[in-house]
Amino acid sequence: MKFLRMKPGHGEVLLTEGDPGSEVDEERLVEEFRRQLDEGMWAAVPTEHPSSGRREALMVRDYADIPPQAERVIFFPRASGG
Amino acid sequence: MLLALLVMAVVALALAVPLGVRAGRAQRAAGQSRRRRSPAPRPELGYDPGRERRAEQRARQLLRSCVNEEEWAMYRDLGFLRVAGRATAGRGSALAAPGYAYLVYPHKPIVAFVPDSGRLLSEYCVEFPDMHGDGNTRLPASDDVLAKWMALTSDESRVIGQANMHLVGRQLDPARVRRDLWRLSEWERRRGAGSSVGAHGG
Repeated sequence: MKFLRMKPGHGEVLLTEGDPGSEVDEERLVEEFRRQLDEGMWAAVPTEHPSSGRREALMVRDYADIPPQAERVIFFPRASGG
Repeated sequence: MLLALLVMAVVALALAVPLGVRAGRAQRAAGQSRRRRSPAPRPELGYDPGRERRAEQRARQLLRSCVNEEEWAMYRDLGFLRVAGRATAGRGSALAAPGYAYLVYPHKPIVAFVPDSGRLLSEYCVEFPDMHGDGNTRLPASDDVLAKWMALTSDESRVIGQANMHLVGRQLDPARVRRDLWRLSEWERRRGAGSSVGAHGG
């Protein structure tokens, strides 16, 4: 699983990646997930509905909410009124 | 009398010249000292079109990998995305088709409209500023679109709740939005896809 973050002037950057099944990797992923949310990021997982093929995103507020089959989590700045 | 005045003028001049020279030296010295103390001008980060272009290319690839083929083609050809509203018109209704949808532009307000009639409902001013960067808080255009798409498809009420809502016309020209809706219908007609607001989430 990859953690990506949108960044001004860069596009997305790879924050970290690892196998959630590995204890060491998961610890690193959890830590990075918390760090990003502490920095005020929102986290979303792009998904595709298996039968309809419909694409959408799933907002995750906790590491445990990430679907097990997710290949990437995208962090982006939270919305504010423009 | 004239001689006395002349002598006084010469004496005054003789006294004034050294004072003036001293004052000039002091002023020059102060200027040099100020220049020495002040730090060298910092190079401006400035706008690097190459860097921004590369960032936008990466953002486009990321957007393309997240949305479906039709949505990607729409953004590529028209410069905006259509996202179906998640709330159905009537609670408990068997009709699943959304009564409204959004036009998502890069770095512009989200526009809500009624797909059937083309009636414009409102514009939602929302930004995704990154406050942890090197001073540049603005995401690449396609990242901004993807952020709006992810927010709308995952937690519509949250992002709409954060936005400032206005009648259409505050930031966007309603005539231009109507023209974009017409371009969208023409684009769909050419693709032969017909209206598929509810079918593909966009």
